[in-house]
Amino acid sequence: MTSVPDTEIDRGGRGWYKRNEIAVTPWLFLAPAVFFFAVYVIIPIFQSINLSFYDWDGLGEATFVGFDNYIELADDGAFEVSLWNNLKWLVFYLLAIPAGLFIALFLNQTVAGIRLYKSLFFFPFVISQVVVGLVFSWFYLPNEGLLNSVLGLVGIDPINVLGDPTLATYGIIAAGLWPQTAYCMILYLTGLNAVDPEQVEAARLDGAKGWKMLWYVIVPQLKPATFIAFVVTIIGALRSFDLISIMTNGGPFGQTRVLSFYMFEKALSEYGFRMGYGAAIAVVLFLIMLVFIAYFLWSMWSEEKGR
Amino acid sequence: MFPTPIQKRPVANQIAYKTFLPIALILWLLPLIAVAVFSIKPAVDFTQGNYWGMPSSFEGFANYGQVFFNSDMPRYMLNSFLITIPTVVGAVALSAMAGFALGIYKFNSNIWIFFMFVAGNFVPFQILMVPVRDLTLDMGLYNTKTGLVLFHIAFQTGFCTLFMRNFIRQLPFPLIEAARVEGIAEWRIFWYVVLPLMKPALAALAVLIFTFIWNDYFWAVVLTQGPESQPVTAGITSFNAQYRAAYHLMSAGSIVAALPPVLMFFLMQKHFIAGLTLGAVK
Repeated sequence: MTSVPDTEIDRGGRGWYKRNEIAVTPWLFLAPAVFFFAVYVIIPIFQSINLSFYDWDGLGEATFVGFDNYIELADDGAFEVSLWNNLKWLVFYLLAIPAGLFIALFLNQTVAGIRLYKSLFFFPFVISQVVVGLVFSWFYLPNEGLLNSVLGLVGIDPINVLGDPTLATYGIIAAGLWPQTAYCMILYLTGLNAVDPEQVEAARLDGAKGWKMLWYVIVPQLKPATFIAFVVTIIGALRSFDLISIMTNGGPFGQTRVLSFYMFEKALSEYGFRMGYGAAIAVVLFLIMLVFIAYFLWSMWSEEKGR
Repeated sequence: MFPTPIQKRPVANQIAYKTFLPIALILWLLPLIAVAVFSIKPAVDFTQGNYWGMPSSFEGFANYGQVFFNSDMPRYMLNSFLITIPTVVGAVALSAMAGFALGIYKFNSNIWIFFMFVAGNFVPFQILMVPVRDLTLDMGLYNTKTGLVLFHIAFQTGFCTLFMRNFIRQLPFPLIEAARVEGIAEWRIFWYVVLPLMKPALAALAVLIFTFIWNDYFWAVVLTQGPESQPVTAGITSFNAQYRAAYHLMSAGSIVAALPPVLMFFLMQKHFIAGLTLGAVK
């Protein structure tokens, strides 16, 4: 824990700045970052919330419509689909956490070349989601895709994953899980490195092994890694845009839209420049995120106090 | 150590583990291996339905030549560098200063400003889209690399400040107190005492931000259009429109586009992982 000394050193007679140096310096150092962040992040949040009460095409005059945008959302089928898809993303994207833990346990050995194996397993995370999306859309191709070639070998009829309204979203989530699992894996590998060997030995002497050992001894020690994995996965799930845009562009029949994508479509694409309506969708997404942000901040705050 | 080191297991298990390891890796990286193979195949393989088999002839030079000399790819790549590098410098500089202020000084609103950065960093960026696009238009920076860079710097400052502040908190504080007793000006303490100690954090953030910004797609689509200012992630999609169903060229293009962050990762692996896993261990 750090603290500023209570006793001010006497700086009398050396000008205002010198006398107030400790009080003023942090603000000078903060100024550029706070300015940029306020202009590009904080103020736009409020502008969007404000805009969601207007009807605006991005060029002409904006007209105040009160809660009309939100009332329209309640009856908008496409919005409902997007909301459900966001929920699917949230639930299934979290599979990256156990999957990452599993791979980390598999790789947490000391055999020749294991370091290279670890970095190659991490590889998918470094690649742009645009490329990941392209690759998976080829993998899913209805006739030529590798998936259907493999399914053909075991005698299953080909399926058009991305063309099937019920399957498409799961197909995209599977593509997203690939890099996300790699990320969780690296978090857990670092966490496993720091697991206290004495506790493991003590538990072994008490007869703990296998799943029991994992659940009661190892997983509790991995809590910080799990927390970060949880944070990044939730954020990733709610931000999902790139993969959808590349793999299906919202289709088939708009069944793979999520809020972030639908918002973009409403505000900026050929479906019409409805900025206010788009902003209202974004506000809903923001409110969902706010629940998680509040929880994250609360855990960080209790940790800060505990120091 | 958990799980039990494989060396303590029966020999049969050891052999099984060592055989399964490369198989698992190949399965895991199968999509990438496929793209790599695609990128050296001749076009005729795809028209004849030989998608996933061996290439019938090696066309690597022709395919990559096409990407480098007969498409907008080099231009998109250059744009990506011109967007990514200034962003890295800007975000790291701003956040080093902000992190110093929040990590070293105690003042009333400290924790609130810190939480503002953290919370802003988690915000779904769609809520920023319309106002940021307007702001960029108003400044006359729409469809310019500068417009994109300014936004990226601002947004990444949130994550970077969180990182820097936590890193600075771990530095030995008596060092700063000693410098103060010596009467050294605060900005000199930052420059000569704290900054040299922050080198690992600066390196870690630089590689992370490089990768994040290089791979950004959303803002590239929102704030730019066309080859004069779009980065390579957005370029890839128009590349696809140009070479629809030309899988060999699309693969070669994707590999070229993915290469810089991949190189960055392998060259700076230690820093990269240190950055990503900050806080994963108490």
